[in-house]
Amino acid sequence: MSTDIRVAAAESEAARPLPAGGAPPTRTVPAGRGGARARRRAGTVLAWVALSLLGIVFMYPFVWLVSASFKPRSDVFDNRLIPETFTLDNYVQVWQEAPLALWLLNTAIVTVLAAVTVTISSAMVAWGFAYFRFRGRGFLFGLVLATMMLPGAVTMIPTFLIWNALGQVGTLTPLWAGNLFGSAFYIFLLRQFFLGLPRDLFEAARIDGASQWGVFWRIALPLTGPALAVVLVFEVQAVWTDLMKALIYLRDSDTFTIPRGLKSLVDAYGFGGEWHWEIIITASVITTLPLIIVFFLAQKRIIDGVASTGLKG
Amino acid sequence: MSTATRPGTSSEPESVGASAGPPLGAAPGGAARVRGRRRARRRNVLSALLFLSPWIIGFLIFTAWPMIYSAYLSLTDYDVINDPEFVGVQNYIDLASDDKLLLALGNTALFTLLQVPLYVVVSLALALLLDRAGRASGFFRTVFFLPKMTPPVAVGVLFLLLFNGQNGLINTVLGWFGIDGPAWTTDPAWVKPGLVFMSLWTVGASVIILLAALRNVPKELYESAQLDGAGFWRQSLSVTLPMISPALFFIIVVNTIAGLQTFDEAYTAFFGAGNTTYSNDAALFYVIYLFQQAFEFLHMGYASAMAWLLFLVIMVITAIQLIVSRRLVYYEGDR
Repeated sequence: MSTDIRVAAAESEAARPLPAGGAPPTRTVPAGRGGARARRRAGTVLAWVALSLLGIVFMYPFVWLVSASFKPRSDVFDNRLIPETFTLDNYVQVWQEAPLALWLLNTAIVTVLAAVTVTISSAMVAWGFAYFRFRGRGFLFGLVLATMMLPGAVTMIPTFLIWNALGQVGTLTPLWAGNLFGSAFYIFLLRQFFLGLPRDLFEAARIDGASQWGVFWRIALPLTGPALAVVLVFEVQAVWTDLMKALIYLRDSDTFTIPRGLKSLVDAYGFGGEWHWEIIITASVITTLPLIIVFFLAQKRIIDGVASTGLKG
Repeated sequence: MSTATRPGTSSEPESVGASAGPPLGAAPGGAARVRGRRRARRRNVLSALLFLSPWIIGFLIFTAWPMIYSAYLSLTDYDVINDPEFVGVQNYIDLASDDKLLLALGNTALFTLLQVPLYVVVSLALALLLDRAGRASGFFRTVFFLPKMTPPVAVGVLFLLLFNGQNGLINTVLGWFGIDGPAWTTDPAWVKPGLVFMSLWTVGASVIILLAALRNVPKELYESAQLDGAGFWRQSLSVTLPMISPALFFIIVVNTIAGLQTFDEAYTAFFGAGNTTYSNDAALFYVIYLFQQAFEFLHMGYASAMAWLLFLVIMVITAIQLIVSRRLVYYEGDR
C-alpha cells in the first residue's frame, strides 16, 4: 500500500513540466533544505531529551547525598528525594565528633601553598625552555616530558625516606613542598603558551634595560593569566582531593587534610560495626562543597583548560 | 593524568600585540647577533639555567635520586628501622610466587580491561550528544564535569552507599525493572564491575576533550563528504573517527595508565584500619597492595621491586599502544 503512494508521488513528479532550459526545479531546493533543517532540529531535541535524562543520572548522586545528610540515621537508606523527617542533627554531630574545621584549615593551607608554588615554579621553568636557546634544550625538555610517564610508585618510597630523614613526616610539609620544583605537566602546558607570545616584545624590553627576571615577571607572566589560572585550578583540585600522600605522611588526626579525615571517618563510623553512615554522608557533603564552589567560580577556565590538554596531547 | 608527548601542535593561545613580530616558538630572527656573541651566549646560558634551576634541583632530588635509590632498595630487605640488607634479586623471585601479588595483578588487569573501553564508549556517546545539543551544550558540559570535582574518597563513600546490595539506590532502581541486583559491595564477582560503573560517573574530563576534538573537525570535510554522497555512518567512519582519533588515543593511554594505578576509591571503600566487616580480596588492586607492603608491613625493598614491575608493565603497555596507534591514529599535517 505504501509503495503505491510512493509510485503515485513519483508519477506526479514526473508529470510536472520541467522548467525551460532543463534547469533543476528551483522549488524543490528550498523545500529539501527546510526538510534537512527540520530533521536537524528534531535531532537537537532528541539530544536534549537524552542529555536531560543522563544529566539527572549524573546529578542524582549529589542530590542523594545532600538529601541523606538531612535524614535521621534510620532513614538514610530510604532513597527518598525529600527527607521524611528533616533534621540538622547530623551537621551538629559531625562538627562535634570530628575536627572538621581543623581539617578544612589544614587542607586550605596545603592547597594554597601547593598551588601557588607549583604555578610560579612551573612558569619559571617553562619560560626557561620557551625564551632561551641553548645547547641541550631539546634533551632537557624531553627529560621533563619523560618524567610524566614515571608512575608515582617508583619514587614514593625514597621520597618518603627523604622527608623522614628531614623529620617532616607527620607534618604538612611533604604534601606541598615538592611543588617548589615545578611539575612536568604544567611546565609543558605553560611552555606551549609562552611559545605563542611575540619575541620582539621581550627583545624591546631588554633593550630598554629590563633584566631577564624583569622580562619574565613583569612582561611575560602578566600576559599568561589564562594559562596560569588553568594551572592554579588544576592543582587546587589535585591537592584538595589527594589521599595517598596524606595517608603516607599524616599520623595525627589534628594534622589531617579533608580526604584523610574523611577516610578516618569511614574507618571509624562505617567499618568496625558502627555503621553510622549519616556522619560519613554529612562529612562528605561538607568536604565536597568547597570544590564545587571553586568549580562554579572558575568553570570556563577549567573546561577550556581540560579541553586543551587533549588537543595538545 | 598527564601524558602529553606531542609538543608543538597546540591550538594557538590568544595572540598578544598582533603586530609584535614572530612568536617565541618561531625560528630565530636575524636581530641581536654579531657583537660579543660568545660572552652574550654564556650569560644567556647562565640565565636559562637560573630559570630552569627549580626543575633541575627537583629532578635530581625527587626523581633521579629516588629512581636510583628505589632500584637499589629493590635488591634489599629494608624496614626503615634497620639498615638495608642486600639480597640480590630475591625480591623479584618472590614476586613470581606471591599469590597476593598475582591476585592484585589479575584484579588490576580485569578492572582496566573493563573500565577503559566503557570509559571511551560512554565519553564518546556523551560528547556526540553534546555536539548536537546546540546552545544547551554548555549547561550539560557543566553537569557532566561536576562529578570530576568530587574528592575520590567521597566517590568511594558514594560507591558503598549507592551500590549497597540490600537497600542501595542502584538495586532499588534495578528492582523497578524486575532485576534482582547483585551484592555489589560484598560479592567478589561483582565488586570490580561495580567499581567500574562508579568510575563512569567521573568521565567528565574525557567528554570535554572529545567534544573539543569533535568541534575541531573542519566543516568543509563533512560538506565534501556529503557531495560525494556519504551518509551519516559513512561520514562518521571516514571523517569524524579519523579526525578525533588523536583525542581518542590520548584518552585511552591516559585512562589505561590511571586504571593500572587505581587506588583512592577502592582503598576508601574496602581497606583501612577499621575494616573488619568483609573480605576485600576482590578489590586488592596493585597500588593498594604496594602501599600495604611499603607502609603497613614496612617491606620497603619488596615494595620497591613491585614499583619497578609496575613501571615495566606500564611502559610495555604504553609502547604497544603507541605502535598500534601508528596505524590507527591520524595526525593532521603530521609527518
